[in-house]
Amino acid sequence: MTLHSTLEMGKANLDVFSETLLALAASNKNILVVTSDSRGSGKLVPFARALPDQIIEVGIAEQNLVGIAAGLASTGKIVYAVSPGSFLTARALEQIKNDVCYSDRPVKLIAISSGVSYGALGSTHHSLHDLAVLRALHNCTILVPADNFETAEAVKAAAGMSCPVFIRFGKRAMPHLHKPGTTFTVGKSLLVRCGNDVAFIATGETVIQAVLASEALEYEGLTARVISMHTVKPLDENAVLKAGRECRAVISVEEHSCSGGLGEACASVLMQAGVSVPFRIAGFPDEETVPGSQLEIMAYYGISPEGLTQTARDLLQRKRS
Amino acid sequence: MNAMTEHRLIMKSIEYRIRLLGCIKKAKAGHTGGSLSCVDILNVLYNCVLNISPETVHDPRRDRYIQSKGHSVEALYVVLADKGFFPDSDLDTFCRFRSPYVGHPTRKIKGIEQNTGALGHGLAFSAGAALGGKLDGLGYRVFTLLGDGELAEGSNWESMMTAAHYGLDNLTAIVDRNQLQITGRTEEVCALENLSDKFTAFGWSVREVDGHDVAALREVLSATPFSVGKPSMVIAHTIKGKGVSFMENNAQWHHGVPSDEQYESAIRELKSQMQEMGV
Repeated sequence: MTLHSTLEMGKANLDVFSETLLALAASNKNILVVTSDSRGSGKLVPFARALPDQIIEVGIAEQNLVGIAAGLASTGKIVYAVSPGSFLTARALEQIKNDVCYSDRPVKLIAISSGVSYGALGSTHHSLHDLAVLRALHNCTILVPADNFETAEAVKAAAGMSCPVFIRFGKRAMPHLHKPGTTFTVGKSLLVRCGNDVAFIATGETVIQAVLASEALEYEGLTARVISMHTVKPLDENAVLKAGRECRAVISVEEHSCSGGLGEACASVLMQAGVSVPFRIAGFPDEETVPGSQLEIMAYYGISPEGLTQTARDLLQRKRS
Repeated sequence: MNAMTEHRLIMKSIEYRIRLLGCIKKAKAGHTGGSLSCVDILNVLYNCVLNISPETVHDPRRDRYIQSKGHSVEALYVVLADKGFFPDSDLDTFCRFRSPYVGHPTRKIKGIEQNTGALGHGLAFSAGAALGGKLDGLGYRVFTLLGDGELAEGSNWESMMTAAHYGLDNLTAIVDRNQLQITGRTEEVCALENLSDKFTAFGWSVREVDGHDVAALREVLSATPFSVGKPSMVIAHTIKGKGVSFMENNAQWHHGVPSDEQYESAIRELKSQMQEMGV
């Protein structure tokens, strides 16, 4: 991936998560981390060393992880339940549904190494279903930060939220996308690039791919709007509608199945508002995922600067009805 | 609370049985057999053991009760109403459209700590609540009621390991060991025994009790923790459908609803038990 010269490379969002949480917890002993043998994968070893009384290990038992987190939250603790996204949201889905969301326990569900971050480890370790299943649950805020800033802000915001919240990120270093002074608000997307020919409504670690695509399109005289939809639920419907009304085409981008994720959420908003615009969901098709690195897999399915650029070209050739 | 006489406790159990059958009959829905099997346990917990009252539902030091076998919620509703958490007349809306008194526990009802119903959830939540109490140095205790059929859910065993690992001696789990689940006998559906050995092997301190003997229940449930540093497990041997002869030990009454004749017969039988007790 060739980065634009103005984008500085940052850390992995995973590192930012663990550093932010350690800083928060150091000044608030009410903050607890619950892990399922995932302190290493969650970069929480420094946390465990610094604050050993604030980390609860439950072993490889994700159902137990979420249930215990809910019980701890019921006693007023601010609980971050940390586990790989694939296991957290599949193995423990019923606990998320009942013990956390239905019971309104403000657990912070932290999905590490989400999407295809585990790449070549295969489909058992991929989470391409999580946004779909959690979108369908009542009372679950879904945050998918794109860069270090969004990650830190999401982790901090979650601490103060009185409802359940799910945060999902990967483990590859991410470039900084936002200018200093940017304000992060849950439920309000961030504009990363301005443009009116095509809008990329992207989330998480695909946002940078959209940014790079927008830069490639510039050479062709096309302007691309890039929106970081860090909150998948509740969706920033105004930003989606604005994109649909102001741009000639809209492309949603997500490291997730095309079924039930950000793309279908955007399509639903646009169609129900009567906004007809050439639209495409860039995500994972309904097939067994190809193995490879995160970037290789995403590129295979068109979630790359080249793939997104081509999708934009294709869509812009279609007439707006 | 411990001052309540054994006679009064027995009478209360019969009153609870009559009331819960009334709820089920009116709603034409409910989990009859399991509610009748666990009501003596709830009676003793709420009248003799737990330091919970309508005035202390938000007190951080209150004891907690979590009903993991949520399907027996009508037994819990009846006991909570008796303890003044809400008016008894609210129960006339049990399982009605838009009533908060749904067929499994929800926090919308005063006195209920956690939404349950799907099986295998209460123990993990209870372990978390117990752990929170330990971390804060609060002296409260957490009790949870498990169904025996529910023990096939693997999540229970995950939580048992964690509770033992953290030495949660402020946590007590009670198994309503009525031997029956919806399909039939637990030992024929998917054998559970030897439960005592299994719980012991998982690091719990185990006691067994007649789950309909209120005096024995009071003694055992007041004696927790059984071992310092270990969570306590009570295997309460019960009879599904207890108190109504034609419902006892019959899996068909798992969620059977009595006909008019059956209901009248059941109430007659329970009232005769009251008369035998001297009322």
